[in-house]
Amino acid sequence: MTTITMAPVPGPDSPPESARKVRSASAGADGIFRLSLQGAGLTVLILMCAIGLFLFYRGAQALADARLKFLYTQAWEPSSHNFGIATVITGTLLIAMVAIVFAVPLATGVALYISEYAPRKLRRALINLVDLMAAVPSVVFGLWGFYFLSEKVIPLAKFISAHFGWVPFLAIRDANPNDPLEDLTVYKSSTFIAGIVVALMIMPIICSVMRESFTQAPIGEREGAYALGATRWGMIRAVVLPFGRGGMIGGTMLGLGRAMGETIAVYMIISPTFQIQPEILRSGANSVSSLIALKYGAAGPFELSALMAAGLALFALTLVVNFGASAVIARTRSGQMT
Amino acid sequence: MTTTTPPYRSAWQAIDAPQAPEGDPAVEVRRSTAVRGQADIIVIIGAGVAALSLATLLNTRVIASAGFGSFVVVAYLAFLVLYGVLVSLQDNSRAVLDRLASVVVHSLALLALLALVFVVGFTFWRGREALPHLNFFITDMQRAGPLDPLSVGGILHAVIGTLIEISIALIITVPLGLACAVYLNEARGPLPRFVRTVVEAMTALPSVVAGLFILASWILALGFVRSGLAAALAISVMMLPIIIRASDVVIRLVPGSLREASLAMGAPRWRTAWHVVLPTARSGLTTAVLLGAARGIGETSPVLLTAGYGASVNFNFLSGPEVSLPLATFTFSQSPQPTMIARAFGAATVLLALVLVLFALARTLGGRPPGELSARAQQARGQQSQRDLARFMEREQARRMGANYAT
Repeated sequence: MTTITMAPVPGPDSPPESARKVRSASAGADGIFRLSLQGAGLTVLILMCAIGLFLFYRGAQALADARLKFLYTQAWEPSSHNFGIATVITGTLLIAMVAIVFAVPLATGVALYISEYAPRKLRRALINLVDLMAAVPSVVFGLWGFYFLSEKVIPLAKFISAHFGWVPFLAIRDANPNDPLEDLTVYKSSTFIAGIVVALMIMPIICSVMRESFTQAPIGEREGAYALGATRWGMIRAVVLPFGRGGMIGGTMLGLGRAMGETIAVYMIISPTFQIQPEILRSGANSVSSLIALKYGAAGPFELSALMAAGLALFALTLVVNFGASAVIARTRSGQMT
Repeated sequence: MTTTTPPYRSAWQAIDAPQAPEGDPAVEVRRSTAVRGQADIIVIIGAGVAALSLATLLNTRVIASAGFGSFVVVAYLAFLVLYGVLVSLQDNSRAVLDRLASVVVHSLALLALLALVFVVGFTFWRGREALPHLNFFITDMQRAGPLDPLSVGGILHAVIGTLIEISIALIITVPLGLACAVYLNEARGPLPRFVRTVVEAMTALPSVVAGLFILASWILALGFVRSGLAAALAISVMMLPIIIRASDVVIRLVPGSLREASLAMGAPRWRTAWHVVLPTARSGLTTAVLLGAARGIGETSPVLLTAGYGASVNFNFLSGPEVSLPLATFTFSQSPQPTMIARAFGAATVLLALVLVLFALARTLGGRPPGELSARAQQARGQQSQRDLARFMEREQARRMGANYAT
């Protein structure tokens, strides 16, 4: 009788085999390779932490001086120890809000057009165009906004303030839009104009996030909607928009983060003010980044410290918004597929 | 997906549906599955003409002082209403909503496109004053005051500054960025995931904060002067996350089977990364780097805080002010003099042209999915393969001859 030796087959009741440990000899060149990769990764990590730390270290002097007043003071006179970010933070948020109001419908339209309506041949070209728009330098947008838009937008601003003045933020006190001889400078250099320009700058990023999530809407569900008799818009409303909701919210927040950090275009358009300016159509606005660009030149050590503190506040704000955006995108159906 | 015909067309049969030829009911005519029929086009044209007429009437007779902007808005709203009414004459409310949504989406896309063309076109149009002067490209602003005509002075210093700064930034960011992207894909564990999250957050770093950071660390803490190098460092901080993010996405698309095949052949990890992963993703990596460079070239605020402003050509990037194109554009545009503003638009045009060239390069050189080769690369790969075969044959032959001698 011959005995056949067999490898022990794990039966249903035998304990499951634990995963084997994979060992790779990471000696020599491979070890160096791994170490240098890790070095690159850590460098980037350290760089990021260093940004926050250096801003904090430099801004600490001003923060220690102003304490909580830093958050609610409406002036910027560091030399007389009277400064705070109340004006610039609200200004930043107002500009970002105007930008979002204009950019989101535009981006939704473009994203829907590219993913649902455009002929296949045109799609590639349109995606390229939107990407190109993201690469146009902000100083070019600033030039356009200052030399073209700020004059062309005056009739619109007048119209809105005349007919929608009852909406908060849209009124202009002590200005009469029906007076044809009125000085038009009151409508120039406003939050509104800066917001429109920033809207054009953040539209591409919002659009590309939305498009990514729209195109991932499953084909089965689309066909299902059509089979149930939906029109194309019916299909979009029932399938594409619910599927891409996370992408829409995430893209909007990402755009918000970009809009808050926008510097040069805003700086070129607005005329800075240091009072909180809730009337967005009126001349005079401010933002954290344009404050920094405006004041850094003539700043002594303490003023610079105050500017660093303002930069730190902006940095923290954008970080919060962006982490929020990526969390929203990652939690949705379309985000999990990538 | 536009392949499916929305099945709501019943009311249109009188015009759209094919009529069976008289006398031979057995022969079925192929149906048209086109989404748009002749009737739709007639309705659109009709609504458009009506809307234009109405808007003209309103603008000339009723609202006397209206401008072109209000004309466009009135015409558009009138078109929406009239089109809706025309469609509702023959279809149900769902179809009306569908058509109106289609019109709105199309017009939004057109608006965005027009805005882009307009921003670019406006810059080129206003740049036409400064660009015909040859001295604009071959001299700097050292001898040109704000009141001088356009035939004096130019932006050579800004062009050189831009090239120096972007070169230094690329020297820093390309190796570091690609290594970090490879790290994100090749390493396992919680650390790479954390690094990826941090990089994602960093892509939205406000550019002025990047400038402030270099100002705080390089210039104030380490004691260096404002220079081209400082500006290049600030640009690098901005470009690094963009390059890492884009390359990470491309490298992630490299098929795992290729990597595993290489490892199974006994190649060490660094050879796998260097000879398999990176060449496979080359096209996408090129795009990532070029797009990062396009963004870096256009950054103004980091440069504003770190470079300083000078009017002459400066080849020494270690000291002295180094002006780049966006900074020159910005500084010129702050002047009230018309010639300086013309110079600002000229510099902006050159900058924009540079960005466009980089972008076009990125799209022609790159943009292919990983592993897909261009015709030339495919040919080169074939030749390489032939050479390898010849080498193997030679070696095999030599071995056989050696064996013959031995016996």
